[in-house]
Amino acid sequence: MLGLTRKTKVSTGASLPVLVGLGAGCLFLLIGSLSSDIFAQQTVAGLAQGAIFASLALALVLIYRATEVINFAQGEMAMATTYIGYQLTLWHVTYWLAFFLTLVIAFVLGVVIYGVLIRPVQHRSVIALVIVTVGLFILIDGLVTWKWGADLKFMQAPFGNQVYHAGGVSFSRQDLGVLLVSIMSVILLWVLFQFTKLGLAMRAAALRPAAASLVGVRVDWMLAVGWGLAAVLGAVAGLMTEPTQFLQPTMMQAILLYAFAAAVLGGLESPAGSVVGGLALGVFLNLVGQYVGFATSELRLPIAFAVLLVVLLLKPTGLFGRKQVRRV
Amino acid sequence: MTRGLVTRLTVIAVVVAVIVLLGFSMTDYHRGLGARVGIYFIAILGLNILIGYTGQISIGHGAFMAIGGYTTAIMSNYHHTNLIATLPLAFAVTFLCGILVGVPSLRFRGVYLALATFALAVSVPQLPLKWSKWTGGSNGIRTFTTPSNTWLYEVTWICAGLAFVAAWLILRGRTGRAFRSIRDSEIAAASSGVSLPIYKTLAFGISAAFAGVAGSLFVLVTNGFAQPNEFGVILSLQILIGAAVAGLGSLYGTIVGALFVGLLPQLSSDAPLIGSSHGQDVVFGLIVILVMLLLPNGVAGLLATIDSRVKSAIKSDPTAS
Repeated sequence: MLGLTRKTKVSTGASLPVLVGLGAGCLFLLIGSLSSDIFAQQTVAGLAQGAIFASLALALVLIYRATEVINFAQGEMAMATTYIGYQLTLWHVTYWLAFFLTLVIAFVLGVVIYGVLIRPVQHRSVIALVIVTVGLFILIDGLVTWKWGADLKFMQAPFGNQVYHAGGVSFSRQDLGVLLVSIMSVILLWVLFQFTKLGLAMRAAALRPAAASLVGVRVDWMLAVGWGLAAVLGAVAGLMTEPTQFLQPTMMQAILLYAFAAAVLGGLESPAGSVVGGLALGVFLNLVGQYVGFATSELRLPIAFAVLLVVLLLKPTGLFGRKQVRRV
Repeated sequence: MTRGLVTRLTVIAVVVAVIVLLGFSMTDYHRGLGARVGIYFIAILGLNILIGYTGQISIGHGAFMAIGGYTTAIMSNYHHTNLIATLPLAFAVTFLCGILVGVPSLRFRGVYLALATFALAVSVPQLPLKWSKWTGGSNGIRTFTTPSNTWLYEVTWICAGLAFVAAWLILRGRTGRAFRSIRDSEIAAASSGVSLPIYKTLAFGISAAFAGVAGSLFVLVTNGFAQPNEFGVILSLQILIGAAVAGLGSLYGTIVGALFVGLLPQLSSDAPLIGSSHGQDVVFGLIVILVMLLLPNGVAGLLATIDSRVKSAIKSDPTAS
């Protein structure tokens, strides 16, 4: 029904031309950064921005792999958890303690949302599932605006405002910090999935729910943990967005759109693809904005999606997706 | 005539009578609201042809509404075209746009198509900002004349009626069968001689054209202003919510879906339990989630369930036969 039939065979991994293309892109960035200071600066800023897209895109991919739903509320969940972090700092919790407390709260929130809202409709109708996340989007937006208001709020800057200089290039400490935290959380997640029993069970539950439950994996719990982890990644993205965008109910909406683009670029099924897609998109948008006069800020979103459409036309399942075999 | 057809015609006649009578008895403000419901009706009908009957998900119909709306506003502003005359024009323009979008979408399926059309919903409202010289940028562009609410109510519901009849005629015949066969199995459809490229792009074109007409009426109902903000992502999502509430693959729930998205935000803004200007979103979001949890197949699904219950009750009742 509706073309969203269950897959019978899933495999991921980039093909050779894609890997060669990515390598060439990295080489281009490296040479450009060595020959021009502005280029280097824009690349680093783009990576920091892209790391945020990557975290949120990875959250989308986690949820898509676990429950086959595009979570429209992912950005708003991230925004809401960032407000919770803000509330904690208002209660004189230090920034980094508030940061980790927020992640815990986000995890619980994700698990609860899965259990209460998603599980009841999961196998009944794909459209109903999408609409539930859209409803959640509207609901969270309303709740946050009601509790904290629509005006800008400020948290203390987690990384300070220092700027480092290296050979004529200046990097802001904030960009580096954002990049570091986002990449760290992605790596931690990868370790969890690859090297722990919990990760193995989660992968099994997502790929082969029936077989997994036969070998004693509690599939529902694993999917719930998947939603929780996705919410945690979203919270990281939200907290890392705050230093540049400040707190407002609409702060994650544009970022969610870029994250969609990044996730689809990477192939929706592939965690590695979403991270590469996010970073590439961030750098690409920054460089295009710097060097192409035509591409004014109004065209930032359309350009991101034009890239997405071109990639999809060339590779309909994204850069890292493999063709799926479907049962007729 | 079969019994089912008689029932349906009766229901349709009652709904038409209610719409006509309401048109005479409502206040001017409520006629404006009624026109909005009619606009959602047309757009949801179009989306249902695409998602419910052809199985192609689109989250981007706000984009087609924007194109239709800007067609009306620009023609009226620059050439002082009669507003009625802009409606078929918007229909034609968005039909072509729909075909154009339909062609690349032949390569996408399922979620990828959904997100590609979502890209459209996000990108199209940004374009008037870039080329603000002709489109008035974020201030928007205004039609030369602005019609009264009574005019709007009449024109909208006449269009809605025409759209309903057109949709019914398209879907009951050969074309409709081709659409449904694509929805149920593309491979089976292709092997029975249904041309996937022709019928998929046709479905996109028809669906977009409906949205385009809805869009140009939408501009007229917002005091004749075509503004980028009015056509944001939210509009696309609202039409999708309406279609899901109405129920996919059936035309008879459409009116409920249109009432749902047309009236609920207005009603919930008066909700007493929160009492601030943001209560609206909380209530609307909650109700959307609840409706989907209780009725995953929308009103049409509910009607089908009731229908089959009644039939089985009649069958099991020995006195009935």
